[in-house]
Amino acid sequence: MTPLIEVRDLRFRYEDGTLALDGVNFTLGAGETVALLGPNGSGKTTFVLHLNGLLAGEGTVSVCGMHIDKAHLPAVRRKVGLVFQDADEQLFMPTVLEDVCYGPLNLGLDPKEALAAAERTLRQVGVEHARDKAPYHLSAGEKRRVALAGVLAMQPEILVLDEPTTFLDPPGRRALVEVLRGLPQAKLIVTHDVWLARALARRAVFFEHGRIVADGVLEDVLARFAWDPATA
Amino acid sequence: MHHAVLDRWSRGASLLHARDARMKVLLLLAFLVAVATTPGFAPAHWAIYGGAVLAGVALARLPLPAVLFRAAVVLPFSMAFAGFSLLAGDSSRACALVAKSYLSAAAVLVVAGSTPLPKLLRALERLRVPAFLVLVVQFLYRYLFVISEQAQHMRLAAESRGGWRFRLAAGAVAVLFARSYARAESVHRAMLARGFQGTVAVLAPQRAGWQDWALLAAGLAAVAVLRFGPELL
Repeated sequence: MTPLIEVRDLRFRYEDGTLALDGVNFTLGAGETVALLGPNGSGKTTFVLHLNGLLAGEGTVSVCGMHIDKAHLPAVRRKVGLVFQDADEQLFMPTVLEDVCYGPLNLGLDPKEALAAAERTLRQVGVEHARDKAPYHLSAGEKRRVALAGVLAMQPEILVLDEPTTFLDPPGRRALVEVLRGLPQAKLIVTHDVWLARALARRAVFFEHGRIVADGVLEDVLARFAWDPATA
Repeated sequence: MHHAVLDRWSRGASLLHARDARMKVLLLLAFLVAVATTPGFAPAHWAIYGGAVLAGVALARLPLPAVLFRAAVVLPFSMAFAGFSLLAGDSSRACALVAKSYLSAAAVLVVAGSTPLPKLLRALERLRVPAFLVLVVQFLYRYLFVISEQAQHMRLAAESRGGWRFRLAAGAVAVLFARSYARAESVHRAMLARGFQGTVAVLAPQRAGWQDWALLAAGLAAVAVLRFGPELL
């Protein structure tokens, strides 16, 4: 079976000369949830930006069998839903409902279908009460869930979440995990939050200096790099 | 903050709030043209226009003193020009400048205070204002809060470490600009990630009902009477 994501020997250098990815190999199978761990600046976020064609380095990245190139970009962006670290950057429309409709409308759905998709996903993540609010009137947890809804409304096959629990209080974290658990998509989760990783993932990869230096069972990876704050 | 207050007003519930934003924009435009084209020193006209604005305030159930106070924000500008007219010996022109600008500002406030900005933007779009312009206003409005919050945080951080002086403020503005620029890039990335291809598609807009058309017809008739009535008498 074709893997959902296949990355071979990916290298990327930022304009200022920093080598951010130095030969990354990675495969994601259907239904898998993988935690992306590693120190700050090790290339995790740069890596996930490649999965959606937002950055393009050397090497190959394919999503559901499609190479990421100009012709496939719209299709790839439909398959891979990226939830950004800073929800304020993702919620740019004037109201929650318009923001969640933004993706479906770009996919070419007519307004009625887009509205239905938006309302369905807002219910799914439990923020339907906020549909007519402006994003700056939301709490951090609500913002995060609306950002997630905006991506889910496009019905992606793969969800990529960049630090989904930053700025969330414990109830907010729990609520988010409950929502994520109920989603059928394969998930890639960039996180420092070991609790979150344990709640959702069995497999983990560990980034260091732009490379994946470990790929295996989450608990083994945590132990090998002394990555669990409770035991480290 | 100024636009935070407007935001609160615009989410109220009144007869005027419920009307189609396009009608309000058209009516406002007609009113502004009427005010601007009223010739010479015309206190009777101005008083009638003032009455119309007051009626608007009452209809939208906005707090009158606050509206009158906020409309004064244009006075420094119009008074500067009025000053030139006075120096040139044209006192009636000076009075007209101040009166007209104040009336216009108050009228704009009534519409902005009775229409949530998203609806106002959609209305402008449907009235064929260039989409790019509408998009710029939309983003400005969205990120004004975020940027001002960031500025507050920087000020607090500076104060907690000993003070907030002019030189520091100037440096902070530069940092704020750099951060906003970086944020703009991230926002663009987030737009691309959800399929942005150059235009922002919008939801099905409001449909105008008979009350909306009635408001427009009655309003336009009223503006015409206000503008030309006193001259016919």
